[in-house]
Amino acid sequence: MIAVRPLRIWLAMVLACYATALFAAELKFPALTGRIVDGASIISADARAKIEVKLAAHEAKTSDQVVVVTFPSLQDTTIEDFGNRLFRHWQLGDKVKNNGLLLLVAPNERKIRIEVGYGLEGAMTDALSRVIISTAIAPRFKAGDFGGGVEAGIDAILATLTGDAEEWQRRAKVRPDDTSGEEVVIAVIMMAIFLFVIVSFLRSLNQGPSGRSGQRWHRTRSGNWVILPDVSSGWGGSGWSSGNSGGGWSGGSSGGGFSGGGGSSGGGGASGDW
Amino acid sequence: MSATAPSLPQTAMSCHILRILALFGLATILAGCGVNNVPTLEEKAKAAWSEVQNQYQRRADLIPNLVETVKGFAQQEREVLTSVIEARAKASQVKVDASTVTDPAKFREYQEAQNALTGALGRLLVTVERYPELKSNANFLALQSQLEGTENRIAVARRDYIEGVRVFNTEIRTFPGVIWAKLFWGAKAMESFGATAGADRPPAIKF
Repeated sequence: MIAVRPLRIWLAMVLACYATALFAAELKFPALTGRIVDGASIISADARAKIEVKLAAHEAKTSDQVVVVTFPSLQDTTIEDFGNRLFRHWQLGDKVKNNGLLLLVAPNERKIRIEVGYGLEGAMTDALSRVIISTAIAPRFKAGDFGGGVEAGIDAILATLTGDAEEWQRRAKVRPDDTSGEEVVIAVIMMAIFLFVIVSFLRSLNQGPSGRSGQRWHRTRSGNWVILPDVSSGWGGSGWSSGNSGGGWSGGSSGGGFSGGGGSSGGGGASGDW
Repeated sequence: MSATAPSLPQTAMSCHILRILALFGLATILAGCGVNNVPTLEEKAKAAWSEVQNQYQRRADLIPNLVETVKGFAQQEREVLTSVIEARAKASQVKVDASTVTDPAKFREYQEAQNALTGALGRLLVTVERYPELKSNANFLALQSQLEGTENRIAVARRDYIEGVRVFNTEIRTFPGVIWAKLFWGAKAMESFGATAGADRPPAIKF
């Protein structure tokens, strides 16, 4: 009995730890199911189809990833905070170019935001985002025309992104994101050194000793090392293919293969209301 | 196999090679144990800190233009305008070097100077409410959205920095990172922004 009690306390403590870790996840993000994620159901099917075609055409032309999202609740945070976190959760835009853009509409809080990825900040400035919200989107929202407002906003955004005279300069200047690349390089170098050492080890043992004992060594050794390529090729073949087929790529993008490309945003853009 | 021992020079040689191999093996194991985590996370936190400074600098760069624009319409608000200029000067005077992030006193000084500037800017923007012709001025509107955007970028940069420091400090205070931090790197815990209410949110600027 006495022995059981501390155990129970420990168990409860461990459980409590996990419980807080579980419930600490603050915001719930919708899944990225397509170029328009209409969680609040305010965009008509007509407008939706038209906007989606425009966004897809723009992405095919410039690789900029523009997404529209509406949601029923801001979950007690600001639209700026929510927008930035959602942008990073979805990782819109290319990982290197960071050329994503998110148009957010929270109809219940009457808030609009354009969240701009790092790479597009030069083309879509805060001031321009603000102008687009207040002149293209907000007036139509005031009249209750959500589909039209979003469409007008997207038209203005795409025109700004493509009509930029310094488009190509911008592309040259996009901020690259330096993550995890160096780790791969270090791993490769380590492996190369390791292989080099093994090879020189083998070679020195092959050349160095002579006579009966050397031959015997050679035989046992070659018996050992011949296995190596077999093991590695077996690992490379079956390991990779099974990893791919069951992997997160196909599972992650359930909605017809649309997903973010690893882009990030530092809070650029503007917000407005109506 | 063990019945016939190899000749003497060969034993010495394979010993030498084995030692080299063991060294590399050890290095690989150490790397696998996360000995590199400490400097990696430290560099990440430092990069986040640079971004915080960068955004505060961006705000400081916007202020002269803003003050000039407001002056043109609301010259009588000398007191508020002066307080903004003074707060900006004070914030720029705070010396920032590599030790700022690990020295609590220096870090607090930096944070307080920037917070004072935030407050002065807030007062200026409240004052502006009284001048309708200023509020419809195109130049002012552009500056206003830039300022809003910068405040938001500051909020994001601060959030990233707080998170980066949290991860780094956790790494150097928990096992096994604490061993590497003490033994290898001599890493010091970094300072973070105080969790004042709403610190991770941009201030509500109403025009």
